[in-house]
Amino acid sequence: MAKTVDQYFDNLRDTRVWRSIFRSGTGSSTLKRSLAIQQNVFLHLFSTKVRRRMVSFSATWYLGTLTLGTFLILVVTGILLMLYYHPSVPQAYADTKDLQFVVSSGLFLRNLHRWSAHAMVFLVFAHMFKVFYRGAYRPPREFNWVIGVVLLLVTLLLSYTGYLLPWDQLAYWAITVGSNIASAVPVFGDKIHFMLLGGNLVNANALLRFYVLHCMILPLAAIFFIAIHFWRIRKDGGLYALSSEPSTLQKAALAKEAR
Amino acid sequence: MSTKDFVTGMDSNARKSPRRVAFITRRTSAQVKVADEETLQTFPEVLFRAAVAIEVMAIGLVTMALLFNAPLEGIADPSHTPNPAKAPWYFLGLQEMLHYFPPVVAGVLVPGLVVMALIVIPYFNINIEAEGIFLKDRQRRLQIFYIATGALILFLLLFHVFVALVPTLIVAAFMILAAQSSPQSSSALRRYLASKPLSYWIMSWFLFELAVLTAIGTFFRGPGWSWVWPWRS
Ligand code: HEM
Repeated sequence: MAKTVDQYFDNLRDTRVWRSIFRSGTGSSTLKRSLAIQQNVFLHLFSTKVRRRMVSFSATWYLGTLTLGTFLILVVTGILLMLYYHPSVPQAYADTKDLQFVVSSGLFLRNLHRWSAHAMVFLVFAHMFKVFYRGAYRPPREFNWVIGVVLLLVTLLLSYTGYLLPWDQLAYWAITVGSNIASAVPVFGDKIHFMLLGGNLVNANALLRFYVLHCMILPLAAIFFIAIHFWRIRKDGGLYALSSEPSTLQKAALAKEAR
Repeated sequence: MSTKDFVTGMDSNARKSPRRVAFITRRTSAQVKVADEETLQTFPEVLFRAAVAIEVMAIGLVTMALLFNAPLEGIADPSHTPNPAKAPWYFLGLQEMLHYFPPVVAGVLVPGLVVMALIVIPYFNINIEAEGIFLKDRQRRLQIFYIATGALILFLLLFHVFVALVPTLIVAAFMILAAQSSPQSSSALRRYLASKPLSYWIMSWFLFELAVLTAIGTFFRGPGWSWVWPWRS
């Protein structure tokens, strides 16, 4: 008897090797599907079930999911770009030029990284406003909203630190304009400015600092807080399902109960 | 314990959801706010949808990366300042404000306050209850609204921030319309506006200003941060 593709998969999932890696085993019962989530170190951040109406497009516009998507693209393209890039002056600029003209697919990589970065900043704002307008910051989700604000700042910093790395005129002066704002902080302004740039002007030290922030510290911070963000959604009882005016809805529910 | 001190309940469909047993002791009120509703398994249904959403977006971004090149100008030259020197687009709202206000205000105070305001949103009961702003205590609230809006407009005029007046006036006009409306109004728009709480109005004003200032910084500013028309360059 001919086997279906599903049966081949089931056989594969029943092998000793597969079962040594994924413990949930074969079968498509609800239990097995729940175990597939619960027994996976990454997936267990999520709950095993989601309310059907929160999966519809209108509920979230998938903006949080898409923000994650841009972040994943940025990590992959970013690692590949790092293979061709030296954070030193003037080598950084020469490397960017090489990516543009010499490295195969370098131009594509750089383009994809750049446009995804813009998309991520836009999406993170859009996600924040969508969450606000559907009232999903309400208790018990208040701390996840705060985590979100941290993620917004991390995203902005990621994009901002990356802006300097090509070491062209655009990069240099955008960072000069931006970092001068730090000097306006009362009392400590100049100290903060100096610490950020590793000098009084945007120079090779600043490039190195921004590189370390952009490729190490901020991505790790983003991963750390995104993990907490997702785990908190599960812990807070899944996505917020009431519309943006729970008071009216609750009143309606109470009135129904009283009848 | 008498039999009335607790209630137990069981979901009879064990295949669909785990059994739940609820003990409700005497002094707690057992208010059922949300009934069980239909759910999907995260694996594979929800993850599949997420993957599709991300893939569709990835196709869009890849297409863009194939069609449009990221900008790359000449090598950084500290002795040659481009005019205007612009920050990345998401900071151009800030840079536009720097044009009107001293750096401590536009660069430190305002962004600091915005971040603080965002953080505290979920910690105020007024935002949780989210009653329509003018539904209660209408006269007094309308007075406060007029004073606050008047002060804001005066402040913007004083610093010549005329562009920021447009969103302010539009949002204010909608708020006045909201004050003249009630949940019984005949038009759907009016019922909608009447139900909106204070946080909604502030956030919408903020979003509107953010969009306008960012757009102006991006498209309408030229050499020396002077006003230019993007179609006349
Ligand atoms: C790197 C940035 C971020 C990522 C990857 C991310 C991802 C997500 C995802 C996937 C969800 C699930 C539902 C949805 O798509 O809306 C979600 C929910 C949520 N996000 Fe974000 N988010 C980010 C930033 C933010 C920001 C900036 C805020 C707000 C300031 C925020 C607040 C929330 C809240 C409160 C929820 C729960 C909504 C609910 O319970 O219905 N997040 N996030």
